[in-house]
Amino acid sequence: MTAQQLYQALKKIQEPKGCYFNRDLENMTMPLLESLLENKTRYGYMACPCRIASGDYEQDRDIICPCVYREPDMEEYGACFCGLYVTREWNNEPAEEHAYVPERRPPEKIVF
Amino acid sequence: MNVTVYALSTCIHCKNAKQYLDERKVPYEAIHVDKTEGDERKKLVEEVKKYNPACSFPTIVVNGGDRVIVGFRKNELEEALGL
Repeated sequence: MTAQQLYQALKKIQEPKGCYFNRDLENMTMPLLESLLENKTRYGYMACPCRIASGDYEQDRDIICPCVYREPDMEEYGACFCGLYVTREWNNEPAEEHAYVPERRPPEKIVF
Repeated sequence: MNVTVYALSTCIHCKNAKQYLDERKVPYEAIHVDKTEGDERKKLVEEVKKYNPACSFPTIVVNGGDRVIVGFRKNELEEALGL
């Protein structure tokens, strides 16, 4: 699968849920989709590219994209931790108004 | 000045932070934690947690911990690095 194919497939599923791709396709969305495909090859599932995955499916369940933190992050900040998924409003705001999304995943989840 | 960037090879914020440092000609050492395995990875995760308990990326450490910048935050980097 190519990043473009993944883009088309996810767009259809996620937009009706109010989750839009970051409007910055060149610097954000497409590289992130490439990274998701890289993680699929590496771990067998699309672990969040901006988090350290253990390689254990059960342990990484919460960070398989879309991660369980996406909803609260989008609600509070308008974007997920990676910045891949955003609200429609976020996409319409000037970039300088976007707040940094801090990590919400409890560090205890990171075990090796 | 000594700058270490704890990063993930797949993380966009890490990529952007490294690119920013490159553009500003700031020398740094990038450690890609996801490219390591086993004990080395475990040791690096502990190291990152010491500077940033959330263990998120990038974690940018200046002069061995004098300043720690979590995430790609241009303003904090500029201030910490005197750019």
